[in-house]
Amino acid sequence: MAAERGTAAEALVGQVVLPGDLLLLPAHYDEDAEGERLRLSAGAAPQGRLLCGPGLRRSGAGLLVTTCGLLRHRPGGGGAYWVDSQQKRYVPVKGDHVIGIVTAKAGDVFRLDVGGSEPASLSYLAFEGATKRNRPNVQVGDLIYGQFVVANKDMEPEMVCIDSSGKSSGMGIIGQDGFLFKVSLGLIRKLLAPKCEIIQELSQLYPFELVIGMNGRIWVKAKTVQQTLIIVNILEACEYMTAEQRKQALAKLSGN
Amino acid sequence: GVLERSREQLLRQTCEAVVLGVLHPRTAISLVLQVLSDAGSLLSCCLNAACMALLDAGLPLATLFCGVTCALQPDGTILLDPTAQQEQEARATLTFAIASSERKVLMATTKGSCSVEEMQQCLAAAQRAASTIFQFYRDSVRRRYSKS
Repeated sequence: MAAERGTAAEALVGQVVLPGDLLLLPAHYDEDAEGERLRLSAGAAPQGRLLCGPGLRRSGAGLLVTTCGLLRHRPGGGGAYWVDSQQKRYVPVKGDHVIGIVTAKAGDVFRLDVGGSEPASLSYLAFEGATKRNRPNVQVGDLIYGQFVVANKDMEPEMVCIDSSGKSSGMGIIGQDGFLFKVSLGLIRKLLAPKCEIIQELSQLYPFELVIGMNGRIWVKAKTVQQTLIIVNILEACEYMTAEQRKQALAKLSGN
Repeated sequence: GVLERSREQLLRQTCEAVVLGVLHPRTAISLVLQVLSDAGSLLSCCLNAACMALLDAGLPLATLFCGVTCALQPDGTILLDPTAQQEQEARATLTFAIASSERKVLMATTKGSCSVEEMQQCLAAAQRAASTIFQFYRDSVRRRYSKS
């Protein structure tokens, strides 16, 4: 019942929030209590602009929650609030690095399936060292690792395989062999966090190459097919295993 | 048949009022509901299932919604969540879709006849019952996020 009027955003950080919950921000929280008041403690109001991240929308007095998940807060530089939700469907966001599958070549542009609602487009000139004479060797069915340069709800998403200085920095066509599979977005974010335990433990098992796309796709390649499949199975199971179970499974495998 | 069509329309109108379609232009969102067993109050069961499915998929919603069915007995008593038998014997069966923000009514449908006061009473009872369902949603989501 208290959530109908709105609860202070700070009180709910780290807890589950549902769509329809109204979060009140500190500045407005004071205004609601009493009318005009001289604020003696200037440190209470946050400096700078508050960033309203995914899962939240500004609505009049505060922030309206639109997806269910855990509320997170980052205090630096004005502060940011967002909702950490587990989902499997990817929505393209500018700057995200993703793995796309080439589905068609239309003149000077490749069409890639990135798991969103529309196929993304990739120009043949968006590769390192590509010129009109020197075209990249991309076939239908190839895997490409690139980043979004245009991605909003109104336009078709566009990708490139070079960064702002013209270098490829790891992006481009992903090589032959290997195995591509899909996981939930929450696991991807866990794997991409700095010093991820899962990756460190796996790297002690076998050497392997790994490409992680923010659209839920992971590409793995190890020396033999069997090793590749073992790594794929472990990564897929990581979603549901606790750290203990994972360590046990890896110990059994490295023992064999 | 016509009955399924009418249920589809009611569900669709409720979902359209709640899903923030503005964030997904030129996109079709399809919701598929499969009835495994029907022991009464089917429409409100579908509404609750639809809300949980939309929550699980991560679609942006303006508010949560739930469905509550009331059956008006011939003697005037109100039964919430009637079984199929009770629905048959009732004078009127009312189903309401209620939003979580200030318990607003999103959809109301009636089978049978009842007076305006009786409908208001059923509505009030449904709004109170909705709180239990929203608490269930919250507990389910909490349980899901506690595992990660």
